Amino acid sequence: MRAQFVFHEVWTGLRRNLTMTIALVVVVAISLSLLGTGLLFVKQVNNTRTYWQGKVEISVYLCTANSVSTQCRQNGPATATEIASIKHDLQSLPQVQHVFYETQAQAYQHFRQDFSQDPSFVSTVSQGDIPNSFEVKLKNPTADFNVVAGTVQGRPGVDDIVDDRSILSNFYKLLDGARNAVVVIAIILIIAAALLVANTIRLSAFNRRRETSIMRLVGASNFYIQLPFLVEGVIAGLVGWLVAAGLLVAVKSLGLDTLQEYFTFNVRLSATDLIEVVLLTMVVGVVLCGATSFLTLRRYLRV
Amino acid sequence: MIHFDNVTKLYPNQSRPALENVNIDVEKGEFIFLVGPSGSGKSTFLRLVLKEERPTEGRIHVAGKDLARLTAWRIPLLRRRIGCVFQDFRLLPNKNIYQNVAFALEVIGKPRRFIRKVVPEVIDLVGLEGKHDRMPDELSGGEQQRVAMARAFVNRPMILLADEPTGNIDPATSIGIMKVLDRINRTGTTVVMATHDAAIVDSMRKRVVELEFGKVVRDQSRGVYGQAY
Repeated sequence: MRAQFVFHEVWTGLRRNLTMTIALVVVVAISLSLLGTGLLFVKQVNNTRTYWQGKVEISVYLCTANSVSTQCRQNGPATATEIASIKHDLQSLPQVQHVFYETQAQAYQHFRQDFSQDPSFVSTVSQGDIPNSFEVKLKNPTADFNVVAGTVQGRPGVDDIVDDRSILSNFYKLLDGARNAVVVIAIILIIAAALLVANTIRLSAFNRRRETSIMRLVGASNFYIQLPFLVEGVIAGLVGWLVAAGLLVAVKSLGLDTLQEYFTFNVRLSATDLIEVVLLTMVVGVVLCGATSFLTLRRYLRV
Repeated sequence: MIHFDNVTKLYPNQSRPALENVNIDVEKGEFIFLVGPSGSGKSTFLRLVLKEERPTEGRIHVAGKDLARLTAWRIPLLRRRIGCVFQDFRLLPNKNIYQNVAFALEVIGKPRRFIRKVVPEVIDLVGLEGKHDRMPDELSGGEQQRVAMARAFVNRPMILLADEPTGNIDPATSIGIMKVLDRINRTGTTVVMATHDAAIVDSMRKRVVELEFGKVVRDQSRGVYGQAY
């Protein structure tokens, strides 16, 4: 195998239909970067979701002197006995893993911490505005919310029961939607890229039909005839991938990492996650271009 | 060397076969002319030898190999033992003479040292010494055909197929081409030449096989072209 010969042929091929090569590189770059963005999104969503799934609980808010609901106004603020009996009943439920009582002072502390970057907002709320509550952690949050909520719903002293997941679900709907849109566009573009690869290779084969016909005549093996075209496709794919890799780094550092501002805990994707996605897009790019070239050549360079 | 046993070739969508019950035996080292009017099946014969086409019926043996049993990936190996020359030369316009000849060896993966050694030898053999750097469009038709012959012969094939090699060349130059073919034949290479050129056939006094409507109508050793077409 004479590598120099093959690469010379590849270079000629890429240069001769330069416009197609550029189009191919651009489409491969865009489709791979969209695919990569989709994958980064998936990872980002999973990252935040794993964190939350460990955290989400049922919050059972208790009545305070400031509560405005009709139920609280009828029964007045929760008394110590009411609180104790609610706690006991919650703890005795088999679906409950853990019950934590958060006083108004603790709730206010947490609130001040979570919004420490926004002091003007903190100043509008004072201690006592946030009710004391039971933070109930379930063994199986998706299934048992109704059972647990039912046992304390409407009892004197209980104001409102909130499933923390419902607060997050809108956020996740948004993220999931964005991710799905990106992935769908990426798939459409990948199909477009495959068609472009096929077209480029076909043009290249047409441009070099003299050479290939002579190669066939003097007994060059199929492999030798097809290799330059195959390498041509794969090189275009790799160049496209390099551009995509750059775009993906930008998407992570300029896009996804800014999400951090909205979270008090660490949701930043690690470098490993990025490398994993970038490598995956390389595999997709190379396989896409290589396989399409190969299949196109089967049709156009028969012995 | 080439053995056609009752070969019939019928192209799809055609009622008359291009070749019909053809029996031809070409021995090693022979020089034969394949003559006949256009459409008589000369080119089909050559294409069958190269396994570019498959016969509809009959068996073909080339260089001791039964072509029907030759798997697709072995076809290139067959073609390395057969050189081809055409009426239209089929040189690569963007390569010079040396590169055109060397190309035939490069694409079958021969080492560069070997190529550097044999290409000049063959270029000398066809009478183009000192013209390595010329481009095809700087050459006369006769010279271009010599390049094509050098390319066909550079891998020392057992068989050389020539499809009307003098078809685009004036009679005086054709004599030079025939001398090169004769020289190649003398190295032991079997030469099969399809032609219309009566003067050449008559002057060479070699074996002549005449085809008409796909049938062998004459097979003479030391023959002449026959009646004018």
